Amino acid sequence: MNYDLKEVCKDIRCDIMTCIGHLGVGHIGGCLSVVEALAVLYFKEMNIDPANPKMEGRDRFICSKGHAGPAVYATLANRGYFDKKELLTLNQGGTNLPSHCDMNRTIGIDMTTGSLGQGFSCAVGVALGSKLEKDGATIYAMIGDGESQEGQIWEAAMFAAAKKLDNLIAFTDYNKQQIDGTVAEVNDIAPLAEKWAAFGWNVIDVEDGNDVEQVEKAVEHAKLGRDSGKPTMIILNTLKGCGVKWIEDMGSGNHNCPVSEEQAEAAIREIRGED
Amino acid sequence: MEMRAVYAACLAEMMEKDKHVVILDADLGKASGTLSLRAKFPEQSFDCGVAEQDMASIAAGLSSYGFKPWIESFTPFATRRICDQIAISISYAKRNVKIVGTDPGISAELNGGTHMSMEDIGVIRSIPGMVIFEPVDEVQLRAAMPVLNEYDGPVYVRLFRKQLPVVFGEDYKFDLFKADTIKEGKDLTIFVSGMLTADVVEASKKLAEEGIDAEIINVHTIKPIDKGTVVASARKTGAVLTVENHNVIGGLQSAVLEALAMEKIPVVAVGVQDHFGEVGKLPYLREATGLTVENILASARKAVTLK
Repeated sequence: MNYDLKEVCKDIRCDIMTCIGHLGVGHIGGCLSVVEALAVLYFKEMNIDPANPKMEGRDRFICSKGHAGPAVYATLANRGYFDKKELLTLNQGGTNLPSHCDMNRTIGIDMTTGSLGQGFSCAVGVALGSKLEKDGATIYAMIGDGESQEGQIWEAAMFAAAKKLDNLIAFTDYNKQQIDGTVAEVNDIAPLAEKWAAFGWNVIDVEDGNDVEQVEKAVEHAKLGRDSGKPTMIILNTLKGCGVKWIEDMGSGNHNCPVSEEQAEAAIREIRGED
Repeated sequence: MEMRAVYAACLAEMMEKDKHVVILDADLGKASGTLSLRAKFPEQSFDCGVAEQDMASIAAGLSSYGFKPWIESFTPFATRRICDQIAISISYAKRNVKIVGTDPGISAELNGGTHMSMEDIGVIRSIPGMVIFEPVDEVQLRAAMPVLNEYDGPVYVRLFRKQLPVVFGEDYKFDLFKADTIKEGKDLTIFVSGMLTADVVEASKKLAEEGIDAEIINVHTIKPIDKGTVVASARKTGAVLTVENHNVIGGLQSAVLEALAMEKIPVVAVGVQDHFGEVGKLPYLREATGLTVENILASARKAVTLK
């Protein structure tokens, strides 16, 4: 089935606003910045079956920046993994949708993440597992730019290249903002593309990681590297809070902030182009 | 036979039978005795280099793909250094990963204080979902390995690498969650795990000459502790001594005290008295930390007088 990915992105963004607005607070900035990547993976590129979420040999997505859980849940619900009504249970006691991804709670989540740096190593382990099983799966991982300050990211980067895990395609959500300020101010990770290349990875630098066509093209290109003997890093230059002007304008303040239901409703009208 | 040789031989047997059994090292394959398995099982044996955190989370990822990973390093680097990876990637995520720490406590000898874990049991014991196993001798280790491999969940194995005196007979039967009564007695109970078990057996013979009949319970699994056996024995003898190659805070004494919290029974501990380790050979380190037969004897006498 062919999906209109731009419309899919709008649906995912609106559902992120709805569930975080319903709760009143959440990691809104870093959820909105990864929407295009999630839409491209779950609605076009990944070999998955929402009716059979544990399908053998499926492609897997590991959200190492686990605080983008709500964006992944909105994507899974839109893709048919579970009822969209469940999104309103986000972070309520007893929910299956905790703020950070949990493989033992949420249908469609393949790895528990949240302690930054660890999910990426787990993804590398998954990619190694797939190689050993020779099942032909592609393993995708999303890491944050702030998360890239964790030493464990670079341990995993080294191992993946050394073991020639060319079935691994990772993204950096390079939105340039973290909790305490800009990434450049806090502890700069630049030059990022050069770092990944130096670690032995194929690197694709996407000028606008919130342009769904650019992301699509990058993933298609990355898939060509399947037999290159190298894992691929797609650097997504994104905007934290992308799609909702007042959230974008908050800069680093939008990492985890209050969102009222009224603000969420207004944001949804803005995303739909109804204002 | 050295404990690491037994460990490696058991792994080889398990890897032969099941291609999903994999081992990951952090540049200590030589030390843990598993380097030789690389050539035989190239698709089941990996070196992560000096990157223990990465190793722990990679193992969690492999486990989610149906593999049964064993990860290895020296005790401090297999526990306190990767405490968060064990807590989150492994135990919180319910991953089936076996974590093997070699050279526990004073057995790190010439590597000295930096490599000498006095706190690893305490660190791991406070993480929900973890099982902690410390073998006494090669007989127990050989019996335990297949059981640990089949247990679907995270286990920390505290492994003395070199040769240890054999305590158990060849008819030994292992139950992961049941403490072993090595000797029955009526005057006090000595709870012990790991390398000091043979010392306790030796001490018990001297105590017998003095008319003190000690019961010896090997708590090979410190978490979850076999509370039933611990409480029943302590009630029977009315006095307790714990003996451990670990800080007395957080380790076997703490686990036994928690089990006996509602009992009015005196408990005396032989163990490291809340200080770091230092460099030296075992005889020196035993004296420096009080992990000697003489101290076990004196502490046992004290426990009996407190009844």
